[in-house]
Amino acid sequence: MNITIDGIQYEIKKNTTILQACKDAGINIPTLCHDERLNPSSSCRLCLVEVEGTKNPVTSCSTMVRDNMVVNTKSKDVIKARKDVLNLIISNHPMECLTCDKSGNCKLQDYSYEYGVAEGTFKGAKRTPKTDTSNPFYDYDARKCILCGLCVRVCDELQGTAAIGIENRGFDAVVTTPYNEGLINSKCVSCGNCVSVCPVGALSPKRQKYRYWENKKIRTTCSYCGVGCQMDLVVKGDKVVDVEPAKDALNNGLLCVKGKFAYKFINHPDRLKTPLIKINGRFEEATWDEAYRYIRKKVNELKPEYGADSFAGLTSARCTNEENYLFQKLFRAVIGTNNVDHCARL
Amino acid sequence: MTNSIEEITDTDAMFVIGSNTTENHPIIGARMKQAVRNGSKLIVADPRRIELADYADVYLQLKPGTNIALLNGMMNVILENGLYDKKYIDERCENFDELVNIIKEYTPERAAEICGVKSEDIIKAATIYGEADKAGIYYTMGVTQHTTGTNAVMSISNLAMLCGNIGKESAGVNPLRGQNNVQGACDMGGLPADLPGYQKVFKPEVIEKFENAWRVKLSPKPGLTIPEIFNGVHDGSIKFLYIMGENPMVSDPDINHVKEVLEHVDFLVVQDIFMTETAEYADVVLPAASFAEKDGTFSNTERRVQRVRKAIQPVGESKPDWQILMELMNYLGFEKKYLHPEKIMEEISSLTPSYGGITYDRINNGGIQWPCPDKHHPGTKYLHKGMMARGRGLFMPAEYVESAEMPDSEYPYIFTTGRILYHYHTRTMTGRVEGINEIAPSSYVEINEVNANKLGIRNGDRVKLTSRRGQIETTAKISEIIDENVLFMPFHFADGAANYLTNSATDPIAKISELKVAAVRIEKAK
Amino acid sequence: MANVKIIIDGQKITVPNNISILEAAKKLDIEIPALCYDPNLDVVAACRLCVVEIEGSNKLETSCSTRVRDGMVIHTKSDLVVKTRKDILQLLLDSHPNDCLTCQKAGDCYLQKYAYEYGLKFRDHSGSMRPQLLDTSSPYILKDNAKCILCGKCVRTCSQVSDRMVLSFSERGYSTKIIADFDQTLEESSCVSCNRCVTVCPVGALVDKRAMGKIRAWDGASKVIKCKSCQYGCEFEIKSKGTVNVAVVAKPPANGRPLCLKGRLTTELLYVDKPEAPYRKINGQFIETNWTKMLGIEDILERIDKINAEKEREGKE
Repeated sequence: MNITIDGIQYEIKKNTTILQACKDAGINIPTLCHDERLNPSSSCRLCLVEVEGTKNPVTSCSTMVRDNMVVNTKSKDVIKARKDVLNLIISNHPMECLTCDKSGNCKLQDYSYEYGVAEGTFKGAKRTPKTDTSNPFYDYDARKCILCGLCVRVCDELQGTAAIGIENRGFDAVVTTPYNEGLINSKCVSCGNCVSVCPVGALSPKRQKYRYWENKKIRTTCSYCGVGCQMDLVVKGDKVVDVEPAKDALNNGLLCVKGKFAYKFINHPDRLKTPLIKINGRFEEATWDEAYRYIRKKVNELKPEYGADSFAGLTSARCTNEENYLFQKLFRAVIGTNNVDHCARL
Repeated sequence: MTNSIEEITDTDAMFVIGSNTTENHPIIGARMKQAVRNGSKLIVADPRRIELADYADVYLQLKPGTNIALLNGMMNVILENGLYDKKYIDERCENFDELVNIIKEYTPERAAEICGVKSEDIIKAATIYGEADKAGIYYTMGVTQHTTGTNAVMSISNLAMLCGNIGKESAGVNPLRGQNNVQGACDMGGLPADLPGYQKVFKPEVIEKFENAWRVKLSPKPGLTIPEIFNGVHDGSIKFLYIMGENPMVSDPDINHVKEVLEHVDFLVVQDIFMTETAEYADVVLPAASFAEKDGTFSNTERRVQRVRKAIQPVGESKPDWQILMELMNYLGFEKKYLHPEKIMEEISSLTPSYGGITYDRINNGGIQWPCPDKHHPGTKYLHKGMMARGRGLFMPAEYVESAEMPDSEYPYIFTTGRILYHYHTRTMTGRVEGINEIAPSSYVEINEVNANKLGIRNGDRVKLTSRRGQIETTAKISEIIDENVLFMPFHFADGAANYLTNSATDPIAKISELKVAAVRIEKAK
Repeated sequence: MANVKIIIDGQKITVPNNISILEAAKKLDIEIPALCYDPNLDVVAACRLCVVEIEGSNKLETSCSTRVRDGMVIHTKSDLVVKTRKDILQLLLDSHPNDCLTCQKAGDCYLQKYAYEYGLKFRDHSGSMRPQLLDTSSPYILKDNAKCILCGKCVRTCSQVSDRMVLSFSERGYSTKIIADFDQTLEESSCVSCNRCVTVCPVGALVDKRAMGKIRAWDGASKVIKCKSCQYGCEFEIKSKGTVNVAVVAKPPANGRPLCLKGRLTTELLYVDKPEAPYRKINGQFIETNWTKMLGIEDILERIDKINAEKEREGKE
């Protein structure tokens, strides 16, 4: 199909939305409620574009391209409509970027900057919904919610839990659990996938304070179950302070409660920090050299007397391939026994 | 897994047996629910009415330990109704006659009686599986942790081959691995008879290859499995035990036995990130770095080799396990040095045919699924395409055999164990996360309301459980998801540890313990 | 110079006796908040945020201006210190516009940084706010009096170059403000748009107008390069989004590097993918111009064109 976007002709596959076509053409369209993994909901109205021949602007996320369509993404009216949408949202949004944890990673902030919407000019009543802090891993600050519905749809369409929904209409609309019983008493399984998609600061992890511009992210593989989800460890200084799911991986932007929130063991004070040697039934701190020498002494005592097959090692399904390889090599090549096994059966 | 995780989305039917997928492999569970939404049929067989049961077209609440009867019953229906893939069997399989021979005895009625389910449901399940174009079977420890575990896995393969579901996209036989790198630990030769890549130690050509590569003399004698090692300590033939990143004092069956072993062994080295219940018994404890503090690779359940990357410096004086092992090898006179795990992977790929094409450069984005024999091979999405790895698929029919320990008047309940969403294995890590402990703080036993009423047990009561091997106290959780006369307990908790009760009887082939069936007694604690 | 032994937050350290408490704390990786302090500028102890408690002293001392003395026992995070800092910050916030949403300084702003650290928010109040005196006259610098916290860094850095000395304080108390020359606009004043003041401003009171709306502090990537215009080698940050370089921002002047408009614009021309037209100040007015004129190379370009044309003609013949 041929379509014209902002005066340039493109060839586009059938069954493509205008939004996707623009993305393929390298044209950015702002969206707050869109996620390519979910059915379009056209609720934020930010992705409006003009299609020649239609009276009103259309939402590009939910409108399919037609042959010979002429689309304008940057016309004066479109820009004005988007500014109005942002203005309306901002008019009802707490002005807390100063200390909001989402600052620096907030789509509303990004678009306000891009479109120069510095403040909400629609003065008047403000929504004052309640916040839900009952879940031990994340909070829902309804004041900051822009009702894009991404959390509700992720919970339903991808996670398949459907713990939350949008209640009431219009000005009173709010994301909540059935019967307002609170997140902790709901079906919520604390996967945090709603938190990962929230474009603003409404759903936020309970975490150590850090700002998005002072951290680094390292892509790695989750260390819990065998699915091998890809995720980014968010690091501040020498501490892991957050985890974010990787979108372009087998987990498709999803994580579970363990992957997303159970990272705090890493910097836990209980971590073993030095080798320990048991002397008279008590552990004493030792240097690495002392520990290695002690093991060597025992190996040299036991091996001549009882043979290599009196040695056995349990390698670990928790460790890396490289480590498992070295472990069995240690037993086979250095000690000389095949007595190597691990908990594959547990 | 013969197939890939992403293929689940496009499957026509899923048969989930002995796997509480949404709790133990949540991301795969989510995909299954998405597949149901896309129109895929779902069959669930599990002693507990797990979340997936709510999404299932057929749910079979079978008695623990009766998987083979159920699978045979389903195959019986498929054979009777001509739902099997005759062409596929003719072209790709062998030993079909023996299968028919054994299966014909397992009418749905007989299977239903053994399993404690309705025969109509077995017929319905078999029909859904048999009629589907692409059907995948997904299972975990509910199938394997039995004295008949190996036979149950064979029966699953029989069913899959019968309907031509091996070597096909969005189908297959898919064990879901419970731990992040249990696949890799097996691949790397963490097994007593296998060098990396499942190359057998008793084959002279294998030994020769590794002797040349490592320039040492190697033993061709297969080693001991964990239960054998523990027994070896017991009888004095094992003197030195080295445990890396494992906590048998919570995870292994019959903890009283494990405790005796750890106390008894001459010298015990434990390498871990925390002072575990097992490490308490050690002579030397070596502090290891966590996954966030080192580079390396994990191989996931779909055989995908993926990068682990160092995000922070090792805590305190801890060191990555590879570095500890290398340094210890050096201390013991083996002079090989590796500057980085990448160098170890180079050695691995040179010696392991299925990892032959795996390099850090190639797996930087997204990983590669083995087999990947050379540097130009894209990896393998699903196995046995066109032909089985062994040539022809061999039907290995098995008879249903009762579990090693069945309930009797003294121990009248079937006791089964498993994992829950919020904890991981022995809680070494998750037990140190505040929020997790808020939601799942302590050990409990799930008991059906009927049984609870009969015993005068209320929700939250302390109860005492006794088996032939041990006794524990825990909290009763009255639950409608558990069947009558069956008790379920998560094994994660060291306090009130389920494994004091479990049976260490093993499957004769895989040496896996029968953690899923033990006979116990339950009573209110005084 | 002798060494002294002091204790900061329970940690013992030996330091030379000619440094401030703030500098000594830094050696222990203890960060003391400060808005008016800059190691390259005179110490003025104006913002009071760096106060610490010294045992034996009956009042809090500003750590930037207090030298270490032997045996000093210093607390940088005591309840009193924290409360005092919170009070100071809250007062500053009460007079500060709430527009971090789109403020160009967000992500690089010390007021924001400390407000976050000390958990303070903007308050609704009926008291006065600093008056809106927005100087938009310069195409290079936006001067927003409302956001000014009067730390005076701009005045001090401007006065370090003898032929500049444009900025100064004017008036007293709540009316205090920073002015250019005789309270003129930047356009009318003798300001040479070197942006020294912009680089040291801890808040959004003085910002680089040419980067405004193009990129946020936390977005994209940045690379530091040295200016090639003269031997000083002032440093600039090239800010990029994806593969596109969108802005050039001056790094603070140090080691006697002066910063200048010509250097910054030359860097912009060399690195930025779509540089905006430059402006020249002629008779106290900014006039849009083109790059050839800005660089003063019209004659040279004309000559080059002539030579090339001649060569071409010769080649044809």
